Amino acid sequence: MEIIMAFVCGFLFMSAIYLILSRSLLRIIIGTGLLSHGAHLLIITMGGFGGNNPPVLADGVTEYVDPLPQALILTAIVISFGVTAFFLVLAYRSYQELKTDDMTQMKGSEDHE
Amino acid sequence: MLQILCLFIPIIAAFFMPFLFKKIRNVHTGWFVLIVPLFLVVYYSTFIPAVSKGETVIEQLSWIPSLGISFVSYIDGLSLLFSLLISGIGALVVLYSIFYLNRKKEQLHNFYIYLLIFMSAMLGVVQSDNMITLYFFWELTSISSFLLIGYWFNRDKSRFGALKSMMITVAGGMLMLGGFVLLSLMGGTFSIRALIEQAPQLATNDLFIVALVLILLGAFTKSAQFPFYIWLPDAMEAPTPVSAYLHSATMVKAGIYLVARFTPIFALSEVWVWLVAGIGLLTLFWGSFFALKQTDLKGILAFSTVSQLGLIMSLLGVSAIAYHIDGAEDTVFKYAAFAAIFHLINHATFKGSLFMIAGIVDHETGTRDIRKLGGLMSLMPVSFTVALIGSFSMAGLPPFNGFLSKEMFLTAMLSVTEFDLFNFSTWGPLFPIIAWVASVFTFIYSFYFVFKTFTGKLNVDQLPTKPHEAPIGMLISPVLLAGLVVTIFFIPNIVTDTFVKPAVVAIQPFLYSSPYDVNIHVSAWHGPTTELYMTIGIVVVGLLLFLTLSKWQKLYSALPERFTLNRLYDFTINELLGSWMTRFSKLYMTGSIRKYLAYMFTAIPVIVIGTLIVKNAFAFKFEGSSPIHLYEIILILVLVIGTITTVFARSRITSIIALGAVGYTVSLFFVIFNAPDLALTQLVIETISVALFLMAFYHLPKFSKVEERTRFKFGRAFVSIAVGIMVTLVALSSHSQKFIESISSYYKETVYSEAGGGNIVNVILVDYRGFDTLFEIAVLAIAGISIFAMIKLRLSRKEKNYESK
Repeated sequence: MEIIMAFVCGFLFMSAIYLILSRSLLRIIIGTGLLSHGAHLLIITMGGFGGNNPPVLADGVTEYVDPLPQALILTAIVISFGVTAFFLVLAYRSYQELKTDDMTQMKGSEDHE
Repeated sequence: MLQILCLFIPIIAAFFMPFLFKKIRNVHTGWFVLIVPLFLVVYYSTFIPAVSKGETVIEQLSWIPSLGISFVSYIDGLSLLFSLLISGIGALVVLYSIFYLNRKKEQLHNFYIYLLIFMSAMLGVVQSDNMITLYFFWELTSISSFLLIGYWFNRDKSRFGALKSMMITVAGGMLMLGGFVLLSLMGGTFSIRALIEQAPQLATNDLFIVALVLILLGAFTKSAQFPFYIWLPDAMEAPTPVSAYLHSATMVKAGIYLVARFTPIFALSEVWVWLVAGIGLLTLFWGSFFALKQTDLKGILAFSTVSQLGLIMSLLGVSAIAYHIDGAEDTVFKYAAFAAIFHLINHATFKGSLFMIAGIVDHETGTRDIRKLGGLMSLMPVSFTVALIGSFSMAGLPPFNGFLSKEMFLTAMLSVTEFDLFNFSTWGPLFPIIAWVASVFTFIYSFYFVFKTFTGKLNVDQLPTKPHEAPIGMLISPVLLAGLVVTIFFIPNIVTDTFVKPAVVAIQPFLYSSPYDVNIHVSAWHGPTTELYMTIGIVVVGLLLFLTLSKWQKLYSALPERFTLNRLYDFTINELLGSWMTRFSKLYMTGSIRKYLAYMFTAIPVIVIGTLIVKNAFAFKFEGSSPIHLYEIILILVLVIGTITTVFARSRITSIIALGAVGYTVSLFFVIFNAPDLALTQLVIETISVALFLMAFYHLPKFSKVEERTRFKFGRAFVSIAVGIMVTLVALSSHSQKFIESISSYYKETVYSEAGGGNIVNVILVDYRGFDTLFEIAVLAIAGISIFAMIKLRLSRKEKNYESK
């Protein structure tokens, strides 16, 4: 399972980078969304899937899944949400101001202050 | 503590300058500044009795103890002499500047802040025993010099001169730092005193010569030696008090100081003797020769400073010969170091006064062009007298101090002919000859400076303002310095016993154990010696050439302009750096963020996969994997299809919904992987995200028609595939080899006993890593505030408001 997940993570990263390198702002934001999904799955895969119970103390259970990756991912999910929200508003506002969402047209010029 | 504190007193005082300048407008800010150097003069004077007996005082303040870096105030003969010069000339220059700079028109607080920073920096340079702090102060002098030269920053020439001096001196400083680091690696310490003690062992090290050359480059750039002198003439754009202070009396002597300080370490090397003496002598001749080409008063003085610095430098080079002679303290070789220090003092006095006179002439007539000036003697009698004293001293005439040190300089140069090591028997005779020719030119430009300005025909019409004598306040400093010029001639031995001999001991600690051992007596009359005949020759030939100057000065314009060092500098800065390098940078710095991202995403897989290969870190094994279930396969299929749809969707709404599908699949994965908290959070967040995306979708344009939405971009695909492969490889390797046990067992064991909770993930977040969570909340808050600010910010409307006003 871990080996298949490794390929899935690679696939997610690949698609994310492909989107991030595009010209449209919205695609870039979607790309960052995919990138964070890929990163989360990567972290939990690296932790390993051993242990058949969630990391919660309960009677009679002695073997848990590694809780540390989960703690990291929980933080990461929230942060990536903050980033996505920020990006979206940034895109929306820059479209309002600049009348474009094309990265090549947003490029600053030499004589730009 | 006071000793270290005194290094920083000027900088501390600088903090008060803006306040004093803004609040007390009726008093010239300079009067407050004057207190600082006056205090320092008095303070450092208290060291004179002890130091002239040969004692040294040291005080230390640790800065970065783990690296052996500390602020040290080490006062011996050499550093005390320099400290007194810095504070003494500093006081006179501040006094002069009070009358030179108009308090109503000038930004005085800026000027005095820079000047005070410089004062601290320079004191630090000469007192630091630790090479790293020495370098720190050294660069601070370059920076303050840059600021002072560019003080009238609205003039093109000021900015050009400031940049030029900065480029050259800082480049030299960097090289010097390299030399320091090499020395510290060889000797295992940053302390100069400790290095001097192990000088004989250091000399056998392979890197010794490299360190020597690097440190000399630092000294030569700072002290404007050939071929680096070109920054000094352009630095004359600074206000004249600055030229008098930094660019003749103190900062340019930092290189001299460095050479003097490191002489005990490097003198054993033949390269040192040749480089210091040779370059010094070449600079002496070059500067004096080209001084006559100048038409700007300060230009003449700049070249004369270059030339005189070369003189002192060559003396220091010759002084290193004494290390190679047994019993040198009783031979003619003892004079060089003594003459160097003595001339350094004399040069500070006469050149300082001459610079101030040049400033006065500029101030009162409105021009420094020697072709327009003339006949000012009757209008400015005091200035003329001072200029006469200064010039005659510079030319080496009695009864002025320049005569004494010039005679001794000739003695030292003659002594070179008696030295027979290092090929000196072949080239040695050139030394006195070049010295004599350069002295002739020195004589001529000294006369040229004073007589072309003050005698001859007065053309009042040509001058921008009507000339008159300077105000008395402006004359105090030059008159005091001129007074010193005469006084030193009559009481040379008091001066040399107090200041010169202790400094000589610092340069030649292996020869002398105390200043009393320096067996040199200065007298104006030695009887008919070779030196005297040489001086007479200088006067006769110099006078002849000066009187016929108008006939042969034209020859200078015949010299090719194309191959000067200034051209080389301009070419380097404008063409090489300015044009070629910019073009090269523009090849890849296109301003397009997408390109930059592409560079980064190319670099990451190259580095990571490269490391995997080089370190042979890739590993792959099936054991330890968990079994695969059917529903997992289905989820993976959903995820892959969702992702592909996201990438290739034709409309945005499809993309967004596909992204949502991917997100929900991920949360289902979390369920399978026994992470209920993650699954819950992911579900909530994904729902909000999709809602947000849809809101943004409402406002953003459709995928633009020009966008290559379905067209497959090879470059992009290549980069992204590389990143994907990299991630897969890393994931596989990390799964297949576990070097270290997971640290999670600690949490598992202590979660109930220490933190009193059952849900380990939650307890980690709120207890073990509570601060992480706190900052995570802070990040969210910042994002929220920024979003709010962005929505409120209306750039275009704001601009309209401005326009309507």
